[in-house]
Amino acid sequence: MWARIKPWVATFWRILRKPSVHYSLGFLTLGGFIAGVVFWGAFNTALEATNTEAFCTGCHEMRDNVFQELKTTIHYSNRSGVRATCPDCHVPHNWTDKIARKMQASKEVWGKIFGTVNTREKFLDHRLVLAEHEWARLKANDSLECRNCHNYASMDLTRQSTRAAQIHQRWLVTGEKTCIDCHKGIAHHLPDMTGIPQG
Amino acid sequence: MRDKPLMLIAGVVVVVVAAIAFVAGEKLGHSDRSGSHAMVGMPASAPRPAAPAAPEAPPPGQQIDALRRGVPISEEGPPPPMARVENTDIRRNRAYPMQPPTIPHSIDNYQIDKNSNRCLLCHARANADKFQAPPVSVTHYMDRNDQFLATISPRRYFCNQCHVVQTDAKPLVANTFKDIDTVLSEAKGN
Repeated sequence: MWARIKPWVATFWRILRKPSVHYSLGFLTLGGFIAGVVFWGAFNTALEATNTEAFCTGCHEMRDNVFQELKTTIHYSNRSGVRATCPDCHVPHNWTDKIARKMQASKEVWGKIFGTVNTREKFLDHRLVLAEHEWARLKANDSLECRNCHNYASMDLTRQSTRAAQIHQRWLVTGEKTCIDCHKGIAHHLPDMTGIPQG
Repeated sequence: MRDKPLMLIAGVVVVVVAAIAFVAGEKLGHSDRSGSHAMVGMPASAPRPAAPAAPEAPPPGQQIDALRRGVPISEEGPPPPMARVENTDIRRNRAYPMQPPTIPHSIDNYQIDKNSNRCLLCHARANADKFQAPPVSVTHYMDRNDQFLATISPRRYFCNQCHVVQTDAKPLVANTFKDIDTVLSEAKGN
């Protein structure tokens, strides 16, 4: 096999490392630039296409479990019609962090191919592990995805219920707690929480 | 022209990758947009059913069928506006000594099942100081033989079996209930 491919590879390598004889530097530079722009545009278009709710709920694992639970919460339906989609909370908005998360997500492609959570029972068995990943991520980045919308500087405590204002003043202002410490299970149902601190 | 195959290969690869990515992107983008159009268009095109005018309802406490609000049985009355849950965080008095206290805040989407109990997040004995919430009574830690347990008793686990929120809904029927203090003071006055 290798013996047959080897001359092809050798020819290709020789062509690749030889300076151009017929094409001008300008043509190669400009051509490379245009090809680069086209490639970059296509790459980002494809990346953003995977960053939509339609893409996430394209698989029954997400559509039949977590998406159904989201629908009953205030992050899906509320008085003002502003809503959060899957990537708003589960994918960082910054480019570098987004690419890092997308590379991590290759594990999820593996899970999809091998059916790690392809039945309701398997999903419920894995729910605690999956939830713990998200809690750890949000704890580590100080609930960045919450704060993308819920900016503390713009939070008017006087318009909250007295109870909420008191607790936010006591724990959030001082930085002792971050959003996810108390607000677990606001968008999806909680797994068995025995022994897990919630607040 | 020894570069020709290289240029051809490179060109074909770039064009194919770009074409695939753009087609994929366009497809996903379009399906998303057309979906939202359909959602927006729907309520506008759907005709609103004309609500039959409700006849003047007799004052509360005098009408026979409070639930129908005086609408004849052959007609369907307009639904009353949904009542709002009182969210003032001000504790209410009990109407009688053993009444389970009512909840003075909204409890939308609180999860109470075998996995988690959102009420106990604040009202459990162990957490009450953190949230300055009234801890649940010691009776809730007793089993039916009056033995104290370390955690909430299973028969008291589902809080909203007894404790409920209050809304600003108008009472459908008049209520002449007097609590024992009123009755006693009235008896003393006579």
